[in-house]
Amino acid sequence: MAKKTECIAMLLAGGQGSRLGVLTKNIAKPAVPYGGKYRIIDFPLSNCVNSGIYTVGVLTQYQPLELNDYIGNGGPWDLDRANGGVHILSPYQQIEGTEWYKGTANAIYQNIQFIDRYNPEYVAILSGDHIYKMDYAKMLQFHKEKDAACTIAMLEVPWEEASRFGLMFTDDDGRITAFEEKPKEPKSNKASMGVYMFTWSKLRQYLIDDENNPESSNDFGKNVIPAMHEAGERLFAYGFDGYWKDVGTIDSLWEANLDILNPKVNIDLSDNSWKIYGRGTNAAPQYISDKAVIENSIAAAGCEIEGKIDYSILFNDVTVEEGAFVDYSIVMPGAVIKKGAVVQYAMVAENAVIEEGAIVGENPEKCDDLEKWGVSVVGAGVTVGKNAKVKAQSMIAEDVKEGETV
Amino acid sequence: MIAKNVLGIVYSNSYDSNLNALTARRTMGSVPFGGRYRLIDFPLSNMVNCGITKVGVIANSNFHSLMDHIGSGRPWDLSRKVDGLTMLPPFTPTHADSNNRIDTLARIMEYISHSKQEYVLLMDSNFVCNMDLKKLMSFHSGKNADITVAYCTGGAPKLYNQAVVELDITGKVTSVGIDVKTNDDVNYLANVVLIRKALLERLIGDAQSYASVSFEKDILQKNVETLNIYGYKVDEWNCTIDSMETYFAANMALLEKATRKSLFNSQSPVYTKVRDDMPVIYGLSSDCKNSLIADGCQIEGTVKNSIVFRGARVAKGAVVENSILMQDAFVGEDAKLNCVIMDKNTVITPKKVLSGDKSYPLFVGKHIVI
Repeated sequence: MAKKTECIAMLLAGGQGSRLGVLTKNIAKPAVPYGGKYRIIDFPLSNCVNSGIYTVGVLTQYQPLELNDYIGNGGPWDLDRANGGVHILSPYQQIEGTEWYKGTANAIYQNIQFIDRYNPEYVAILSGDHIYKMDYAKMLQFHKEKDAACTIAMLEVPWEEASRFGLMFTDDDGRITAFEEKPKEPKSNKASMGVYMFTWSKLRQYLIDDENNPESSNDFGKNVIPAMHEAGERLFAYGFDGYWKDVGTIDSLWEANLDILNPKVNIDLSDNSWKIYGRGTNAAPQYISDKAVIENSIAAAGCEIEGKIDYSILFNDVTVEEGAFVDYSIVMPGAVIKKGAVVQYAMVAENAVIEEGAIVGENPEKCDDLEKWGVSVVGAGVTVGKNAKVKAQSMIAEDVKEGETV
Repeated sequence: MIAKNVLGIVYSNSYDSNLNALTARRTMGSVPFGGRYRLIDFPLSNMVNCGITKVGVIANSNFHSLMDHIGSGRPWDLSRKVDGLTMLPPFTPTHADSNNRIDTLARIMEYISHSKQEYVLLMDSNFVCNMDLKKLMSFHSGKNADITVAYCTGGAPKLYNQAVVELDITGKVTSVGIDVKTNDDVNYLANVVLIRKALLERLIGDAQSYASVSFEKDILQKNVETLNIYGYKVDEWNCTIDSMETYFAANMALLEKATRKSLFNSQSPVYTKVRDDMPVIYGLSSDCKNSLIADGCQIEGTVKNSIVFRGARVAKGAVVENSILMQDAFVGEDAKLNCVIMDKNTVITPKKVLSGDKSYPLFVGKHIVI
């Protein structure tokens, strides 16, 4: 029997992230690289550790190999522990038959035994696809003070964006009075961040009831929380005012990366009091040659830079040869950008090769039809041939031949 | 020979006094090098990369920073239930003499004897190299040697009791010279020694009974005719650090592509303590050329021909040339540095101008604010 633990976290990391296209062809969304040396999942994991939550279940389902490998024994996050630590929880065989995780609530339901081992008072339900730094301990404190059954982290979003979110209405005390799911004409701008704190005894019962309801799609947002609300449980919204971004789409992932370079955006990754941990690569320091020009950018260890870099994020072990130009782009680990190639407004995935003179992406200011403009994406391991051209909004999963335009 | 059957021993205090300024508050092994490493990372990584699983680190003095760096040995995969890394601090209250290698080895003989490994590999911390020790081991077995010593060819380092060898055509050492006075290229020892454990025990026991102190003189030189001592030539890029000048030059050598290729490669990585810094941030006005920059740095000013360690910051308008900035060093706005070595946590306040020379770099000691 494990030691009783006040609060444990369950991290939903099973999603495919289909809107990220080629970037999640072989890896789950939480394993997608972000910010020069991180993976998306580093954020919730580091938040847990920094908040004093040392027992974390990571629920995986879609393409778990890379994610499992990355998390390993949890050492990089200090989550290799005698009691608790990080646990990968995949769907498993049972006497009554085997089931995939049908929905977010079902994933937790299938792991009730895991949670019960720690006999926690509270369970935090987190998702593996958001970039944010948040102290869950403060949220737990709020949850306790309000004697809530469920506390939902809430962010006030700009009104014009509100229709993309699940919205909440609250009374003066912060208690949630109503929900609205992605309305066309929003009447609230209080969006749910997909971060929940539950009193475990309550949630446990609602999960069992939800499982017994054949009509339910076993989802937290659609089923479990509305059921708790209807039953009159105390649901509260916990206000958060830091940086938070859902990186579920190509555009938002690209933006979230470049946000690090924006002095107006409050996502300071160099803050030693709230470090974001990740599994390192042992790469040597980066080398900037005497021909290189690098400004307003971020570059990680192991890079060899001889070209020009502006407003971009280079991950570890990226090579940018002489005369190449990288502008407003995200270049993931091990990618090679050869002589004279141009990568602009694009994301280049791991180990891709951009051959000499190739052009990837388009500058929106030089684009005739802005409707057709969008970030270009080159998939992992893909080679873009000499003098080839990858147009705006293209997503490349196969090699591009020399001189070809796609 | 199976690497698992070899016990690695690393001296952390090798020739501390040759780098007085840098070792005032640390061992030679914990001297920062190459943007993110400590010198001991090289022998430790070399050993681990060839498959050695048990390593003892001899620490005689000043070893707090070393212990902090090494911890449980996890970065080198040496935090293990079986074998793994052991710190070997002195256990007599008297100050241990690092130049007295025989006494130092005698002191840890219990550790060596109790190891199940049959061979012992001795290495120093001031030898920077990404060396394939597997080749050295098969050389040793192939020659049926009693002792194999690694040597490099060039001007001999200016170290206490530096041994220089002559070899016959088979690689057998025919003579050992100590502190040879010559400016010619010689075959000097890199203090990488592979020896059967039982033989080491006997040789150290004998030497101790004669109150001998020098491994080079009283073991190698004395036994050159009676034992099969073979010399193995180090092919890889290497540098023996024997002064501030060579330390500076070895760091600057990393700006050459060939050096980086030899020293850093993904198949035999150099492991070091993880710091979880964010990647380097280059500001709007940054101008960085021909430099090695480690994670966690923030470059707003100009950096040329320099090595910048983790977490160092160069403010707007500052100009850093031909310099080494160690961990978390800070160069204030419009300050100018040329041929300066800034130790850990040092601060240059705005508009200061500091300049040394390549043959005599200006050194700013740990925690100093200028």
